[in-house]
Amino acid sequence: MYKITRSPWVMHYDGSSCNGCDIEVLACLTPVYDAERFGIINTGDPLQADILLITGGINTQNAPVVKQLYDQMADPKVVVAVGVCACTGGVFKDCYNILGGADQVIPVDVYVPGCAARPQAIIDGIVKGIGVFQERLEKMEKGESLTDNKKAEETAESEDK
Amino acid sequence: MFDLIIPFLICFPFLIAVILLCCGKSKFGNIVSYLGAVVIMIASVAFFVYKGVSGGFAFGQGMYVNTEIADYVILAGEILIVLVVTFLSFKYKRYWVSLLSILPTAAIIFQEETAAHEEIEHIYIDKLALLMIILVGVVGSLIIMYAVGYMEGYHNHHKEVQDRRNYFLALLFMFMGAMFGFVTCASLIWLVFFWECTSVCSFLLIGYTRTEEAVENSFRALWMNLLGGAALVVGIIVFYNYVYPTLSFRTFLMVIPQMTSFLGAVGMLPVFLMAFAALTKSAQLPFSTWLLGAMVAPTPSSTLLHSATMVKAGIYILIRLAPLMAGTPVGTFIAFIGGFTFIAASLMAVSQTDAKKILAMSTISNLGLMTACAGVGTAETTWACIFLLLFHAVSKSLLFQVVGATENSLHSRDVEDFHGLLYMLPKHAMFMFIGITGMFLAPFGMLIAKWSALKGMVDGKHILLILFIVFGSAVTSLYWCKWMGKLIAHPHKEKKVKDVTHAGEMLSFWIHGLAMILLCVFLPVISIYFVDPIIAGSDMFNANGAAIPASTMYILITILMLVFIVPLVLYASGKNDHSTEKLAYMGGINTGKNNGFVDFMGEEKTLMMSNYYFDKMLSIEKLMKPAQVVALVALLIILGMLGGYSIGGMF
Amino acid sequence: MISGKLISAICYVLFAPLIGGLIDGIGRKISARMQRRVGPPLLQPFYDLGKLLHKDPVHVAPSQNFFMMSYLFFIVMTGGMMFLGMDILMCMFVLSTAVMFLYFAAVVTGSHYSAIGASRELLQMVAYEPCVLLTCVAFYLVRGSFETAEIIKGDVSPIVYLPGVFVAFIFILTIKMRKSPFDISTSHHPNQEIVKGITSEIGSRNFGIYTLAEWYETVFLLGMVALFIINSNPWSILAAVVVIALVYFLEILIDNTSARVKSDVMIKVSWAVTLVAAGFNILVLIFFLG
Repeated sequence: MYKITRSPWVMHYDGSSCNGCDIEVLACLTPVYDAERFGIINTGDPLQADILLITGGINTQNAPVVKQLYDQMADPKVVVAVGVCACTGGVFKDCYNILGGADQVIPVDVYVPGCAARPQAIIDGIVKGIGVFQERLEKMEKGESLTDNKKAEETAESEDK
Repeated sequence: MFDLIIPFLICFPFLIAVILLCCGKSKFGNIVSYLGAVVIMIASVAFFVYKGVSGGFAFGQGMYVNTEIADYVILAGEILIVLVVTFLSFKYKRYWVSLLSILPTAAIIFQEETAAHEEIEHIYIDKLALLMIILVGVVGSLIIMYAVGYMEGYHNHHKEVQDRRNYFLALLFMFMGAMFGFVTCASLIWLVFFWECTSVCSFLLIGYTRTEEAVENSFRALWMNLLGGAALVVGIIVFYNYVYPTLSFRTFLMVIPQMTSFLGAVGMLPVFLMAFAALTKSAQLPFSTWLLGAMVAPTPSSTLLHSATMVKAGIYILIRLAPLMAGTPVGTFIAFIGGFTFIAASLMAVSQTDAKKILAMSTISNLGLMTACAGVGTAETTWACIFLLLFHAVSKSLLFQVVGATENSLHSRDVEDFHGLLYMLPKHAMFMFIGITGMFLAPFGMLIAKWSALKGMVDGKHILLILFIVFGSAVTSLYWCKWMGKLIAHPHKEKKVKDVTHAGEMLSFWIHGLAMILLCVFLPVISIYFVDPIIAGSDMFNANGAAIPASTMYILITILMLVFIVPLVLYASGKNDHSTEKLAYMGGINTGKNNGFVDFMGEEKTLMMSNYYFDKMLSIEKLMKPAQVVALVALLIILGMLGGYSIGGMF
Repeated sequence: MISGKLISAICYVLFAPLIGGLIDGIGRKISARMQRRVGPPLLQPFYDLGKLLHKDPVHVAPSQNFFMMSYLFFIVMTGGMMFLGMDILMCMFVLSTAVMFLYFAAVVTGSHYSAIGASRELLQMVAYEPCVLLTCVAFYLVRGSFETAEIIKGDVSPIVYLPGVFVAFIFILTIKMRKSPFDISTSHHPNQEIVKGITSEIGSRNFGIYTLAEWYETVFLLGMVALFIINSNPWSILAAVVVIALVYFLEILIDNTSARVKSDVMIKVSWAVTLVAAGFNILVLIFFLG
């Protein structure tokens, strides 16, 4: 099986965040943390991205945007929610326009908590995401469906909650 | 019997023209035009084939020594032209223009009558003439076939223009007859007549709509071309009186090189004046504006002026003169003007959005390249010049016709409106694509001709011309690419367009497209059997012209043909390839149709993409005047040099 | 003789991606070190390519797929023709045909980012084409032939006659290799104002093809640099490799130390450099050789 774990290209989307997590995401690329060591590239283009990195919560206005960006990415793809807002909505959760975390509109694979999430945690989250990424490729090449099971699981989870 | 074809080719179009003029407004004219065009095409092709089969093209044949009757006809024609020009210039209150016709004609008639009688050939057929015949015959006839259908659509849209379509078609035929006469005649008197004939025909064609603008532009075309005609006449008179007393064009070409050695500048003066006339006819700077103004006329006339006839008459003369100009100051200055026109017109073409204007600027710039090639006048560059002429004629004719047909259907000829034309008028877009690639891209022969031109100029060490060409061709690709990009771009909106193209027009497109491909495939053959012998002819260079040996040319053509074949193969093979379709990236707010986005109020907005035009920097208004001044200064310098030396030499 | 040329052309087709990828990897590593980072592994470009080719192929317009394949084909053909010892000027014409296909692949999508990138690509072409053609002319003046097989045969390296042309060529190499300050149509850096410019709508497999084509092109362009150095002496090949290494290092240095310029500045500057350096050089050459 071909290993695609060494080249995760990330697209960073900023939802309703306070920009704290965004600064930390950028910090990952600085010489101190140097995420490019793992082949991580911060690309702005969904068609070329493998991992969608979301910071901040989902509101009524950006929900379709996030959905569209996710749809534009080629399979296999992974979503990493960075920071507590992207995970659950965080302190903004009860705002009138906030729907909640990223998993309200798209399936999220890795949750990175923190307010703001530390660069180490973010890189760790991406590396975790790489594992899912490889799994998905294998599934895809076997011809199995990538989304259906996951969505089913998620709906089951949200029902449990 | 076949030798009669030449007088037939010259007279027949005039005959058809007379019939058409008699037709009035009846539809009968359409049938006459179709028939006439087909007959002319068949006759020119038959003549070509006959010459090939009977003599393997190995000839240079002079004919018609005694032509007393024809001489009188020509005399009458000259006077008729003067009358027409005088009448119209008085009617439109541009009295001085008539002088440009009266004086030269009077001078040439006086010259003819006072000249000692001599036995000269009046018609001379060699390969260059034959090449021009087939070009004019085929492309010209196709344009007429196209014109019949086009005028139908034109008059349906432009109700304000008086319907004189048979008059229009008659002019087209006259034009062709004059062109046939021009490229075959070997008498300087006849040359002047046919020259004036094309000038006046183009003048009448441009003024067809009789609007104020059309009249203005047609008179501009007229005075510029008559000025060229006047220069031609002065050149002939100088030649006859000071260089060598003959009125034979062939002798002219042969004696000049011998005479200049002891006559000096006086010998070059007629050559310069003839080249000057060619510059006006080929719309080189500073005379480019008349060709731009010619755009006001219905498309078939611009097609005829731009592709196979009119402007090519100038190039034809320059090719004839090329061996005389090689290495002389005249040649250098003519080449300079050509090269300068090439780059200046290319730059101006970048700023244009009107498709016909782009085509016009591109014609001027390509003619500049040909002029530069002829001015350098080595065997290689002349080879390139002939091929440029061939390829340019066919692809430009195709492009003009397609743009005209598209305009009739789309009601616009703005390139920005051609956005996504492939989805609206697929056939038109395809032919436009072929035409444009023919102008500058592999695999078409234009590229090889350009290659050869560049090589010839490097060999001749013309640094300025090299710079003109390298910068000019970069700019050339810019404006063509922009246009091609528009054709295939994703459409802004779904727009249904009713295709009103006639079958006759479509047929013309197909023949053109086919001709381009055949020309490309058979380029080495044409080069070996046709163009090389022209170059190798005794009146030209006695040298092999092709810059590339034929074997290399074959390899080159094969490789370049891949440009054609590979995408097709890839297209066919990739069709069933699995690939998932995604939306274009628009920051996540794509409406789902790739042609718009959702704004912050949740409304859909159409996304319009436009090309770069640099219209503040490169507009015609801004560049034309300075460019004309530069070219004019160059002309004045060489005129001053020659004039000064001549007068100095005479006394 | 012919077989020798053929072998070099086949080697180009087979190994250029390896060399090109490696050069890319080295470049990224050096860039990282200049920024005091560890940087990605040397073989990172190959990992990227492998991943791109294994992802699900995507397109925005179906014709993109075949435009990209044609682009790759003509880039390979350009280099193949050069290594076959054929006409360098023709190579350049084929190269511009290739660029045309990339342009088509971008404009056919209707996306504004790729359309702007594509327009800028044309402007880049306007900027570098005169210099490229002049370089071919200069080789012809020195060696009397456009054929690469002849160009490499002289006793003295062409650079001796063509220092100005060399400078101009290195200058436009920055445009051609999409290095800052002239990476205006698409950038290797992920922070461009028009997303990924001309490659915005080119994803997964098509982007892999693009990457591959870029490697072929890099090798071709560095081969052009080598033409300035190589002469009949076999040791000159070594010298060419050294010069290529230096030139490439210079390009990375420029890339890391300069900010992107506007397109009109790019055209003006590169035309000026072409005119002054290459034009003057050729003028002198014509006077002395003629």
